Amino acid sequence: MKVALSIQGLKKTYTNQLEALKGINLQVEQGDFFALLGSNGAGKTTAIGIICGLLNKTAGDIQVLGLNQNTHGNEIKRLIGLMPQEFNFNPFEPIEEILINQAGYHGISRSASRVQAEVLLKRMQLWDKRFDMAKSLSGGMKRRLMLARALVHQPKILILDEPTAGVDVEIRRSMWAYFKELNREGMTIILTTHYLEEAESLCRNIAILNEGEVVEKTSMKKLLSKVAHQIIILESASVLPEHIKGNGFECERLDDYSLQVVLGADINITDVLQDLSKQGVSVDHVRSAQNRLETLFLRLTKKNKQEY
Amino acid sequence: MWIAYKTIVIKEVLRFSRIWVQTIFPPIITTSLYLLIFGGLMGERIGQMQGIDYLQYIIPGIILMTVITNSYANTVSSFFLAKFNHSIEEILVSPVPYWVILLGYISGGVVRGFIVGLCVFIAVSFFVEFTVDSIFITFMTFLLTAILFSLAGFINAIFAQSFDDISIVPTFILMPMTYLGGMFYSIDILPQFWQDVSKFNPIYYMVDSFRLGFLGVSTSDFWTSMSVLLLMIVVLTVASFYLLKKGVNIKT
Repeated sequence: MKVALSIQGLKKTYTNQLEALKGINLQVEQGDFFALLGSNGAGKTTAIGIICGLLNKTAGDIQVLGLNQNTHGNEIKRLIGLMPQEFNFNPFEPIEEILINQAGYHGISRSASRVQAEVLLKRMQLWDKRFDMAKSLSGGMKRRLMLARALVHQPKILILDEPTAGVDVEIRRSMWAYFKELNREGMTIILTTHYLEEAESLCRNIAILNEGEVVEKTSMKKLLSKVAHQIIILESASVLPEHIKGNGFECERLDDYSLQVVLGADINITDVLQDLSKQGVSVDHVRSAQNRLETLFLRLTKKNKQEY
Repeated sequence: MWIAYKTIVIKEVLRFSRIWVQTIFPPIITTSLYLLIFGGLMGERIGQMQGIDYLQYIIPGIILMTVITNSYANTVSSFFLAKFNHSIEEILVSPVPYWVILLGYISGGVVRGFIVGLCVFIAVSFFVEFTVDSIFITFMTFLLTAILFSLAGFINAIFAQSFDDISIVPTFILMPMTYLGGMFYSIDILPQFWQDVSKFNPIYYMVDSFRLGFLGVSTSDFWTSMSVLLLMIVVLTVASFYLLKKGVNIKT
């Protein structure tokens, strides 16, 4: 598989001496859906900024589809579409103009840009608002506008920096579906997000950044398999017995109607439910107490200590 | 590159056209007031300057002042706002060479200077009849002045960190230099010391050349004035390009 993005020894020290990246190495294959996770200040946005040419690097090497950034910076910019974390358009520009201008910066003629803008604005359900100023859009619409802008020059690699932050569940789901569609069509996607279930459901490979260093870099499947146990909550419509004992699993009565169960790798939910049934527990609802990726993320970024 | 350049220029022109009440209309009102007060009411008492009616004499200076302030204001406000709302990132993530970015913004400033200058010229023609002595000299002076002050505005925008920073230079440097550059008078009437001081003010050469183009009178050599302008343009172009390429206050 051809490498879409290769980062070697990337360092960034800001003018205030903040060392945001401490020599990270990363490789993203073409066609991958790659998650770049990390807590606030881990260096994700800095790394993305450098890849896209928004920030100067201090040291290191970046290659995009075999092109070196030092010698082919502008060619690389043609290959990448960025949907940034913060709204970074002129709020006083009509939204169609924003797309047409972005295409123009990529050398696409105004007539061709209009066609492409129409396709994207219709896909993002923003066509009716094409003459409206960007400032008049809702938060979700602004996100979709930035996605359309990132795609207007038909890039090979799409970088999504917290694309669904502040977006309602319905739009988030439709954006996920669109991301999956783009990825199926062959677009390499790099995603940073704070919604870990987003990364878990979309991405095949993952890297976790912590304090400017890559602390984990593997496939999502392998990473999730590292979680030896899963915590679930069982809810009953009737009052639970006072004493419940797990046969081969740990359980704890949380209140009269809820029971927390720790599932090991060697026991499945059916066995647990059968065992509890024998003890007079009738389960009405089952829910996960914690996202598996979240468990790992907190462990890897050393944030599993409670901080108040 | 041509499409990218054209895109920046169109964006700039649309930007100041959309807010014409703030950008194009006020200079026309200000100019009319200048002509009414300095020319109409006080001018008759002043009489002539370098053998020309005072009202006619001040018109080139007033038009050029409009060109200077609008060229400067366009680049400084547009580029600073693009930094402020991060929309500059739209260009930075695109394959637009730095010289095209610079040329695009400077062209935007020149176009605004030209449009506003032309509007003021038309407004002035309602107050007083006059002809242009040399279109070449007038146009060259306009063009170089607009380029120079667009560049100056661009550099100001690169260094500006707040809205205060984009108004300090026009208020405390540009405006005094314009007023003291012979806009309302010929430096011949100043004492020798202040005449010598005025010759260090680049705006003096611009106003003087513009007046030469309009009225055919000047106190300095045209080619000396053009040389001063060209030299300053070269210096500011190199500085702007260097700052943009280094990403000072943009990519650091």
